[in-house]
Amino acid sequence: MTDFVRGLKCRLCGKTYGKEPLNFCTEDFGPLEVDYDYDGIKEVLSRDKLALRLNNMWRFHELLPLDGEPTVGAQVGGTPLMRADRLAETLGVDRLWLKNDAVNFPTLSFKDRVVAVALSKAREFGFKTVGCASTGNLANSVAANAAAAGLESYIFIPSDLEKSKVLGTSIYGAKVVGVSGTYDEVNRLCTQVAFKYGWGFVNINLRPFYAEGSKTVGFEIAEQLGWRTPQHVVVPMAGGSLIGKVQKGFQELARVGLLDNPACKIHGAQPAGCNPISSAVKNGADTHRPIRKPDTIAKSLAIGDPADGYFAIKVIRGSGGWAEDVTDAEIAEAMLLLARTEGVFAETAGGVTVAVARKLIEQGRIPRDEEVVLCITGNGLKTQDAVTGCLEEPAVIKPSLAAFEALREGTRETAMV
Amino acid sequence: MAIRIHIPTPMRQHTDGKAVVEVTGITIKAALDDLGRKFPAVVQRIFENGQVRRFVNVYLNDEDVRYLDNLQTAVKDGDEVSIIPAVAGG
Repeated sequence: MTDFVRGLKCRLCGKTYGKEPLNFCTEDFGPLEVDYDYDGIKEVLSRDKLALRLNNMWRFHELLPLDGEPTVGAQVGGTPLMRADRLAETLGVDRLWLKNDAVNFPTLSFKDRVVAVALSKAREFGFKTVGCASTGNLANSVAANAAAAGLESYIFIPSDLEKSKVLGTSIYGAKVVGVSGTYDEVNRLCTQVAFKYGWGFVNINLRPFYAEGSKTVGFEIAEQLGWRTPQHVVVPMAGGSLIGKVQKGFQELARVGLLDNPACKIHGAQPAGCNPISSAVKNGADTHRPIRKPDTIAKSLAIGDPADGYFAIKVIRGSGGWAEDVTDAEIAEAMLLLARTEGVFAETAGGVTVAVARKLIEQGRIPRDEEVVLCITGNGLKTQDAVTGCLEEPAVIKPSLAAFEALREGTRETAMV
Repeated sequence: MAIRIHIPTPMRQHTDGKAVVEVTGITIKAALDDLGRKFPAVVQRIFENGQVRRFVNVYLNDEDVRYLDNLQTAVKDGDEVSIIPAVAGG
């Protein structure tokens, strides 16, 4: 495997660094990003070559920052891009697709992509202990992938997280630390722990490598559409990293000659109870105002002070996209709508994305005759509490045909619980 | 007693390797100014045109000063101030 990574580079001042576990520039605290030799990649990659490769995210390995073969998450990615005609009809658009990472492997969210890169990189660096600050999906993924790789893991989460996300972390033998505070407080604590203990935290000191995994969502969308971009994508926003990486994915494909035109309007989706990025976009601000105490059922998006907020705002505005936010009731309703039109049970963040798409279509920001891809990033089985109250309890009847007939005719109310 | 400022590991090259620097002052701003007198290189990296840079967060006893009175937040002897890179998480 040829390695096309030159090193790391500060996104603000351009100072370069070697390949090292460092997330910020020691000149100005700016974020570091992986710097590639795109001309070299262009020489070796082609659509024909890609067509022969396995259907997982590593088919794009030249554009991912590992020195060698992936040793963690070798089968991640390659999720379906589903045509969603029934949902499209309800929302009132002609052509709609779902990029369905609710069935990503192994832990049913897009986070398996970033973790596969981060933990493969952690092993290249020689870390034995890894960790993360998480709102849930990342916790599941780091715990599972670390277990499979034989790495010790410390997972820090807000202590009020959904039970299924906590269980889906503990099951893998991770050391789970619930912190009585917001995600931003968990994140700050983890930054202190990462540097004090010298461990590999996927979204702290390994973050430049980790974040690159999200580009594969963009790579796959473009390839699955037949090597082109849709006119619009709608992406949920928590820390604001994924939305920029989807765009970067399109731009890199164009840079290495795989895509003619990377243009795509990039729209961001947030819950109303934690909307620092969408409110900045709507108010014309260059930077977000942090939210001290997020309050939303979409806990996976409850980041009040998003690290990539500044860049997400630029991506949205620069692409001609927009951002919106939706209430808890709209989120739950959209989760039901997605399930009942497309058979896709997405987590709360998926409800946010669908509900925001609906809003953008109603506002005319997504014209009804243009193509839209919605990024579904996580699985509804992890956030069942959000919709429990919206669903009818199943009927319970005696094992007799007469009882069913009565139920069917609705004549015996007692047949319904 | 004094105010203790915690320096993130990769920035300690600018504080002679010190993890904690003791300073005096009655506000966050004054405490950081005192840090600047001792180690100008580190404070140049925290501030730009008199403002804390975009990707630096300053905490007083584990609370982000943006939720207090920012640089004017009052500090007293025994307080812990932490300089923490903001590029994390998500």
